[in-house]
Amino acid sequence: MKFRTFAAAIGISATAIAAQAEGLKVGMITTLSGGGAGLGIDVRDGFMLAVKQAARDDIEVVIEDDQRKPDVAVQLADKMIQSEKVDVLTGIIWSNLAMAVIPASVAQGKFYLSPNAGPSQLAGKGCDPNYFNVAWQNDNLHEAAGAYANSADLTNSFILAPNYPAGQDALTGYKRLYEGELAGEIYTKLGQTDYASEIAQIRASGADSVYFFLPGGMGISFLKQYADSGLDIPVVGPAFSFDQGILQAVGEAALGVKNTSQWNKDIDNAANNAFVASFQKEYDRLPSLYASQGFDTANLLMSAMDKADVSDTEAFRAALKEADFESVRGDFAFGSNNHPVQDIYVREVIKEGDVFTNKIIGTALEDHADAYADQCNM
Amino acid sequence: MSIILLIEQVLNGLQFGVMLFLMAAGLTLIFGVMGLINLAHGSLYMVGAFAAAGTAAATGSFVLALAASLVAAATAGAIVELTVIRRLYDRDHLDQVLATFALILIFSEGTRWIFGSFPLFLDIPEYLSGPVTLPGGIEYPLYRLTIILIGLAIAAGLFALIAKTRIGIQIRAGESDREMIGALGVNIARLYTLIFALGAALAGFAGALIGAIQSVQVGMGEPVLILAFVVIVIGGIGSIKGALVGAILVGLTDTLGGFLLPRLFATFMDASAAMSVGSALAAMSIYILMAGVLLVRPTGLFGGQ
Repeated sequence: MKFRTFAAAIGISATAIAAQAEGLKVGMITTLSGGGAGLGIDVRDGFMLAVKQAARDDIEVVIEDDQRKPDVAVQLADKMIQSEKVDVLTGIIWSNLAMAVIPASVAQGKFYLSPNAGPSQLAGKGCDPNYFNVAWQNDNLHEAAGAYANSADLTNSFILAPNYPAGQDALTGYKRLYEGELAGEIYTKLGQTDYASEIAQIRASGADSVYFFLPGGMGISFLKQYADSGLDIPVVGPAFSFDQGILQAVGEAALGVKNTSQWNKDIDNAANNAFVASFQKEYDRLPSLYASQGFDTANLLMSAMDKADVSDTEAFRAALKEADFESVRGDFAFGSNNHPVQDIYVREVIKEGDVFTNKIIGTALEDHADAYADQCNM
Repeated sequence: MSIILLIEQVLNGLQFGVMLFLMAAGLTLIFGVMGLINLAHGSLYMVGAFAAAGTAAATGSFVLALAASLVAAATAGAIVELTVIRRLYDRDHLDQVLATFALILIFSEGTRWIFGSFPLFLDIPEYLSGPVTLPGGIEYPLYRLTIILIGLAIAAGLFALIAKTRIGIQIRAGESDREMIGALGVNIARLYTLIFALGAALAGFAGALIGAIQSVQVGMGEPVLILAFVVIVIGGIGSIKGALVGAILVGLTDTLGGFLLPRLFATFMDASAAMSVGSALAAMSIYILMAGVLLVRPTGLFGGQ
């Protein structure tokens, strides 16, 4: 450390020397086992693909499985910070785990780049200069769905989500921009897999559309049961329930459903085309939204490493904030609270050959920032 | 609220209850006869669903898929009984819980190892999909009606098995006095394996039936397992009749509670507050039911002693 201060003092490029000397260590805590493992594996694979393509020898990634348990995630974060001495943490999928890990990590001077979770608390009052979200603030895709409903002349939505913080954020997000009436609003149990009762209520409500946020297996169950119920009013959802990993399990039931996402494999830019092709080649499957977020996170990190050394916190932070990398979703910038300002698209589920996937059919919101930026003082 | 909607919800509750019965029947037999707490019962449910999804993908036949779920779950159950569970009968419940919890982890990660981390696809066959119109103009999914009928048929079959057959006599005898039937020359080891495989097959079959309308994924069995334990505690441990009554009570309470409670609160509260209070209370309703039953009958509705 003394040497480096000295080197900086006499005007030699400190960054170059430090980068040669020690590089940067990333701690990735993500969900690799249990029910939600598909998401974590996609984030990891996307992240590692970018690292592999960059072929640099100054980045080291330590990967650990949080099992979707907040207590495990906290232990892993402590271990990574104290014994592995990582410089940057990333990887967490779920908002409740993010809330348990991120505030403590950034308080210890580490950087945290979120490849998925974007709880409203960390976008507003709890924002931190060392915390960057590379995916979205939790409400964003739901806000886009509300905006889409307006443009599609849907005026009487029935909305449902699980009864937990991200579910409440989801319905709040939808209602923020949606201008129509609500035919009904239901909070289901978290982890519920049978929606016969809710579907009967939707049928009886006379709604003209259904908006739902049911991540993972809950969404698969809902869509299959919905398709079997004979109800034919349009369904709208956020990308999470229509993601590449899930769609094959839903099958025909998802065809034609509109969903909102900041990324899709058919966004036409050089970075994305290369990403989709190389991901398929490397892992033999189509990339998902989560994989794209992992890929972007790694590229953001490496773009900052080119400009500054992580030991120079101020400079590294500024380099991250510039977001000077080729995002696979096209334009990407950070707002004042280090959350993305980006376009959010409307996608439709289609079938290509034997594979169910999405196609972009329009833009729901352009250069959209989150609603909590005003509450962030930093 | 129309009467049609209410009837539809009663059918939903019945269907849920019948499915729970398939899970709870095996659990209650295994606990009643062998005195074993089997936390891995949910894993057998998952095994059935994965076997069905794999078979359906390979052959395209739903009937074969159901058959595969029975065979796979029964085989997995028998293997587990012979290799692990057999050593646990004389140990205390804590050891059983530890060992069967380890089995959950082994089954979950093993399934992921074979099938991957992403949910599998298993769909309702063409001839059972879509709604049918019941008398009174109720539109109800044909598949759910089929589940109700299959479940009730299996319940009838189980009662016949227990009441009328030699194996049934041995099972009942095993429940009352384990040592005695061993002393009377019944091959108790074989009986245990058989009961365990039977319970496993029922759980696997339930997994396959439900997998077609829900998602086939790792860890799908554990939430159902918790409810199945509630069912057997309400019904009385070891009683098949108790499992059936308990399962249907739990199914109806859960479905109608989630549907009616928010409406009840909405009569004297504003809508969004009623929704959140109602939903929260509905989530607790089956546990309140369990506490109520235990207060009046500490051994469950049909429990012994």
